[in-house]
Amino acid sequence: MAEQVYWEDVSEGMELPALVKEPTTRQLVQYAGASGDFYEIHYDKDFAQGNMLDGPILHGALKSAFLGHLVTDWMGPLGTLKRLQCQYRGMDAPGQPITAKGSVTRKYEENGQYLVDCDIRLENPQGQNTTPGTATVMLPRRQG
Amino acid sequence: MSTPAPTPESFLTEAMRQQAIGLESEPATMEVEKGAILRFAEAIGDPNPQWNDEAAARKTRHGGIIAPPTFLRSMRGVSVQLPFDLSFSRRLDGGSDWEYFQPVRPGDRITAVARIADLSERSGRLGLMVFMITVTTYRNQFDEVVATQTNTLIAY
Repeated sequence: MAEQVYWEDVSEGMELPALVKEPTTRQLVQYAGASGDFYEIHYDKDFAQGNMLDGPILHGALKSAFLGHLVTDWMGPLGTLKRLQCQYRGMDAPGQPITAKGSVTRKYEENGQYLVDCDIRLENPQGQNTTPGTATVMLPRRQG
Repeated sequence: MSTPAPTPESFLTEAMRQQAIGLESEPATMEVEKGAILRFAEAIGDPNPQWNDEAAARKTRHGGIIAPPTFLRSMRGVSVQLPFDLSFSRRLDGGSDWEYFQPVRPGDRITAVARIADLSERSGRLGLMVFMITVTTYRNQFDEVVATQTNTLIAY
């Protein structure tokens, strides 16, 4: 994890450090067990193909977990995640790397809280944004 | 109320929408176990000490391990019973929108209730698709709302 980021250090347009995830079918099985989502399109190739898919696909909720990982790594232990939102626009398959990226879109103070909005996304190896989203975090200040 | 037979062009009627929107699930309750948090963090591949390392997490402002942001997806049995058969066998998750108010800790007793916020249909790449938006509210043992999740389920 990087050092703690403070609200003063952030500026609009700043990029979050990218995070590369390498999901495998094994991880999808592991996630199925941990989350209780055992829908077969996530690990059974024949079942997935019988459902108009090319093969198994990542759980949407696992993709939002990847984006949560991106944002919580960046905000550090003193940051507080307020909102995490994403849409599963494109499907992602196990066996190919997926990169979580983000940038700061707005920095503001509201009700005494020091907040930052970010655009976040997952990019597949073709550079397509399969999972656009946004996040809001509250950051600590260097003083007071 | 009678519902017309489904056709490939349209499935939902206004009457069905009115019947469904606002319906709530039965409350579901889960005791948050530390082991479940550790397994969830491992499954999503997130080594952050805040949800993996009790000794390190004790030194944080939370004084111990907390759950990673999407952990509450592991709650079971939070589904709203529709008053009609959706008659599409396939499901996709369209997206989720989490709002967070309090950390979730081991030992918390979380109660979740889901409510149907919207129901609509649209034709797309996979044919006729029904979009069901549910809002799930999670409360802890102190009756504090810890999080809400707005989820879009696509049936096709």
